[in-house]
Amino acid sequence: MAQLTQRAATFQRTLSAAAFSVSSTRCLNTASTSPITVETSLPFTGHKIDPPSRSVETTPQELLSFFRDMALMRRMEIAADSLYKAKLIRGFCHLYDGQEAVAVGMEAAITKKDCIITAYRDHCIFLGRGGTLLEAFAELMGRKDGCSKGKGGSMHFYKKEGGFYGGHGIVGAQVPLGCGLAFAQKYSKDENVTFAMYGDGAANQGQLFEALNMAALWDLPAILVCENNHYGMGTAEWRAAKSPAYYKRGDYVPGLKVDGMDALAVKQACKFAKEYALKNGPIILEMDTYRYHGHSMSDPGSTYRTRDEISGIRQERDPIERIRKLILSHDLATEKELKDTEKEVRKEVDEAIAQAKESPLPDPSELFTNVYVKGLGVEAFGADRKELRAVLP
Amino acid sequence: MSSSLRRIGRFSAISSSINGKGGRCLGGLSTANEELKSGQESGGTKPINLFSAVNQALHIALDTDPRAYVFGEDVGFGGVFRCTTGLADRFGKRRVFNTPLCEQGIVGFAIGLAAMGNRAIAEIQFADYIFPAFDQIVNEAAKFRYRSGNQFNCGGLTIRAPYGAVGHGGHYHSQSPEAFFCHVPGIKVVIPRSPQQAKGLLLSSIRDPNPVVFFEPKWLYRLAVEEVPEKDYMLPLSEAEVIREGSDITLVGWGAQLSIMEQACVEAEKDGISCELIDLKTLIPWDKETVEASVNKTGRLLVSHEAPVTSGFGAEIAASIVERCFLRLEAPVSRVCGLDTPFPLVFEPFYLPTKNKILDAIKSTVNY
Ligand SMILES: Cc1ncc(C[n+]2csc(CCOP(=O)(O)OP(=O)(O)O)c2C)c(N)n1
Ligand SMILES: [Mg+2]
Repeated sequence: MAQLTQRAATFQRTLSAAAFSVSSTRCLNTASTSPITVETSLPFTGHKIDPPSRSVETTPQELLSFFRDMALMRRMEIAADSLYKAKLIRGFCHLYDGQEAVAVGMEAAITKKDCIITAYRDHCIFLGRGGTLLEAFAELMGRKDGCSKGKGGSMHFYKKEGGFYGGHGIVGAQVPLGCGLAFAQKYSKDENVTFAMYGDGAANQGQLFEALNMAALWDLPAILVCENNHYGMGTAEWRAAKSPAYYKRGDYVPGLKVDGMDALAVKQACKFAKEYALKNGPIILEMDTYRYHGHSMSDPGSTYRTRDEISGIRQERDPIERIRKLILSHDLATEKELKDTEKEVRKEVDEAIAQAKESPLPDPSELFTNVYVKGLGVEAFGADRKELRAVLP
Repeated sequence: MSSSLRRIGRFSAISSSINGKGGRCLGGLSTANEELKSGQESGGTKPINLFSAVNQALHIALDTDPRAYVFGEDVGFGGVFRCTTGLADRFGKRRVFNTPLCEQGIVGFAIGLAAMGNRAIAEIQFADYIFPAFDQIVNEAAKFRYRSGNQFNCGGLTIRAPYGAVGHGGHYHSQSPEAFFCHVPGIKVVIPRSPQQAKGLLLSSIRDPNPVVFFEPKWLYRLAVEEVPEKDYMLPLSEAEVIREGSDITLVGWGAQLSIMEQACVEAEKDGISCELIDLKTLIPWDKETVEASVNKTGRLLVSHEAPVTSGFGAEIAASIVERCFLRLEAPVSRVCGLDTPFPLVFEPFYLPTKNKILDAIKSTVNY
């Protein structure tokens, strides 16, 4: 997914291209695509399936792009936090920092013809699918240039060309939808799959089991990805689930437990799952991950878990730091170069925010559009039905 | 009775009976007001906000009935709006507990618990998330008594859910789904407008022998502060209350919308229009008589709610009152409601039935 560009060009790139490319002077040579083999942090654990190997093939180029993409995602989320506090973002806003490895690892294993559908914690998945920072920030601020025309907000990012069926507000509701997508894919024999993502909290919704049964019954190429960040709002997984082994909860559907803080493990698992699903039907991937922020902007995130827990994860399992160490130990870039990448990313984010702020609010008539398809003569009424009456565009 | 009115932003808490210029209490009010008055006379009142009033009611409900239970998502920790703070500590984890994130399961479970003669007080975190439980409410709870020929019922069931706009809640933290439930004989729908009302109506709902869906105006949880008697008191269900007397037009509403309507009444008065404002409180079964009596006096009716206008509960009120007061009406019934769009993230003020929209409608109805 990444393309190599020269650093000089980096600064001229449009923001849309900028989201997913790597810049590093050091690897502008053929070696950048020569394979390196890395062991995943932990072995995979399988349920009714033999897990894939821990040895993952990667390249310098991929590692550098993982680093850059995750740094960009993290910066975006941290900036969204400040914008929310400045009241430039309204509505409910859920941040993804900590979980970045899931988004980039998954993308590295699949194509844009594969579909992804997720819940409301959707900003970084959107970037992964090729969404731009401008579209993201404009949507967050409810502006015209947002990916949903400013009408969706944080929880409702979509990108049709990128196969991103979006952010969904009702916990669990997106999973059966994902099965419908997978059925359509299977029917058209196009050898693509759907990744339907949900949280550990959502894993307890009845809809999930309905979806699993349908997917298994009809051998759908559906990969159910449980992003287990160990909390559903303030509720720790063990308080809400008799069995927090989410990869096993498909019973008759096989599953794999994956270190979701390790982008390479995620990539390996997603590649494996795609191959499996195309041949056999659904599989569950439980991504063991962590959100650094509170559940949403109104949750400080520190009442139901200890600060030690959060800082421990940051120190030992942070997905960006893991890749940084790999890059340094393989001597693919210097510490300074990685710091420079982080600076670039920061700048890109700042520029996108500045641009998004310039974007106007949607036209007021947008309140009435997209409720139904155009031109069916649906009427909206103002306060006084006699004087203010409009046939919708 | 003077209660503290605190005006912040869009809302002001409305005191529990006719205040200021009003005067006389109309029929049906006495129980409520006497209850409240005696609470105040005995000195046991405190200014508290709406979530604390709900919290007090839940404390009393659990305290006075050992077979009462409170549960829902994160309820053991106090819930997202702090309504259940302290309950688990006081009454233990067996009676106040967290559920997994599974609304259909929560309500189904609550129906079963209530069917064994318990008071099951279930919280749905936001009214927007009540729909996974819709089937349980409509098909199981509402018809249990009827279809079993009165052998079984789940009368001890109360479902609490915060509803309505909060200024920037977007699509799934703002909806007002009350009308869906008003189409279901067998359940009651109750919505309080203020802290005093919330406490008294919630206790009545919990103790009522029918399943009740109790929607709490989340915008008022912190904003509305009022003197609330500390004692155990109940306010009658299915009794509307005239909270402001007038002679030119009757306005009917419920919940948070009443304070917007009250502001419109105050403005209209400056133009010499005298408005009567009625809080319906219970949407089904609703108090047609109080509304009818008022419309027979004023000759005009305006209904206002946040939910979209089409098939909102305002339509039912309009139809019933036209039936009862046809010859007395001097203008078509006016409905100032949410627009027929999803609840928007941007343009919330365009969508909402704001004070000015109500004021315009008051004028055009009076000048019809
Ligand atoms: C049906 C429904 N019930 C409740 C909510 C409120 N809610 C939003 S997110 C959430 C917790 C979900 O946790 P999890 O599935 O673990 O996802 P995470 O937030 O950790 O990504 C809850 C209870 C909702 N959006 N939809
Ligand atoms: Mg979670």
